Amino acid sequence: MKYAAPTTIDEARALLAADGDAIVFAGATDVVPQMRGGRPEPSMVIDLKKIDRLMSVSLDGDTWSVGAAVPTSVLTADAAFTADFPGLSEAAGLIGSDQIQNRCSLGGNLCNASPAADSVPALVVNDAIAVIAGGGGERRVPVAEVVTGPGQTSLAHGEIVVCFELARPAARTSDAYLRLIPRTEMDIAVVGAGVRLTLDGDGTVSAATVALGAVAPTVVRVPAAEAALAGSSLDDAALAAAAAAASDACNPIDDKRGTINYRRQVAGVLTRRAAGIAADRIRTRNGQQGDS
Amino acid sequence: MSRTHVTCEVNGDAVDFLTEDGESLLNALRDELGLIGAKEGCGTGDCGACSIIMNGRLQCSCLIFAPEADGAAITTCEGLASADELHPLQQCFLEGAALQCGICTPGFLVAAKALLDENPDPTETEVRYALAGNLCRCTGYDKIVRSVLEAAVQIRTPA
Repeated sequence: MKYAAPTTIDEARALLAADGDAIVFAGATDVVPQMRGGRPEPSMVIDLKKIDRLMSVSLDGDTWSVGAAVPTSVLTADAAFTADFPGLSEAAGLIGSDQIQNRCSLGGNLCNASPAADSVPALVVNDAIAVIAGGGGERRVPVAEVVTGPGQTSLAHGEIVVCFELARPAARTSDAYLRLIPRTEMDIAVVGAGVRLTLDGDGTVSAATVALGAVAPTVVRVPAAEAALAGSSLDDAALAAAAAAASDACNPIDDKRGTINYRRQVAGVLTRRAAGIAADRIRTRNGQQGDS
Repeated sequence: MSRTHVTCEVNGDAVDFLTEDGESLLNALRDELGLIGAKEGCGTGDCGACSIIMNGRLQCSCLIFAPEADGAAITTCEGLASADELHPLQQCFLEGAALQCGICTPGFLVAAKALLDENPDPTETEVRYALAGNLCRCTGYDKIVRSVLEAAVQIRTPA
């Protein structure tokens, strides 16, 4: 197996194009364990961490650009980014240990295509766009369209996720992400729930986005839960309806981490709680700014 | 098999070694440089026994391909002590009996150093979260956590 560390996207793409068996990596926190577990070694591993654009985080006007290979610990330590996307930041901060978060990346978390990837529901509720470099230049794809099944993506060989574009949240908008694991650290989500809300001045929900992880072959948006929240004042009836919709949207597996029924129930509970946290964040921020 | 020449700094010393491209940095440290403090526990980034600090960031060396270390600055547990004195963490681990078999100890020491470098006055909860990526199967975590907290005190208030 060869190792290559290109410094430009073009160079990385040329290496991929020349070798159908080559793979790209950022932190290798999934790639190495998979090889240890019997996945055949590729002919070449292409390290993306020497490419500036994949390693930078920037705010240009109202759009954040997050390099696909940036370690998630950089995001959780970025106060401005975390203020705009507290839910995405907390999701990124739930992936493995400090040792892992100093290597793992949003690009890797997405392209590994685990149904339980913590950052993906949080990216989806924030309408994140994956910028993908390929043969015809760059294309921009909603994150929700990248993963097509467990371990499967819509990327062609030779395509590389360069960065994620995230529009700064509108006024009175915030997000939250919750996951359930059997311990407090270092485990894989039994269920993950991301929620983003926008509240009117009187506290009515004017927009809601809900996405669940680990309850289906891919992360799922839950339009019925979004509809239950929208227009409500987050009263008990609306929250109960959103929770029921989240439970209904699940298509989970039974495994050692949880049964189908358990996952369904927890998906509802986490959706309801995450909505409450997102709303609290909006109220707190506006309270602090004194412009309620 | 492709071999790469790697030049880097380990514990303040300039070193270089030849490695197969797919080799882990952990194996290169142990087999090429003779630094056998970092251990292989799981080989998959779960146990932290291979923890090192590379370019200021705590990482599992079993997940790093050895050629990635080219140009890097690395600290292993061998870099903690000075010529004639143990690092306060090492001394506190000894005095606090924070080890039994010792396999996990180098990883805990390096992870604790990374924590104290960033946060010299951590709470017990912060210590426990910071060490969540390090597994110990015999001592139990309590003595380890207390030893880290004691070392933090000593580093903040040198005798």
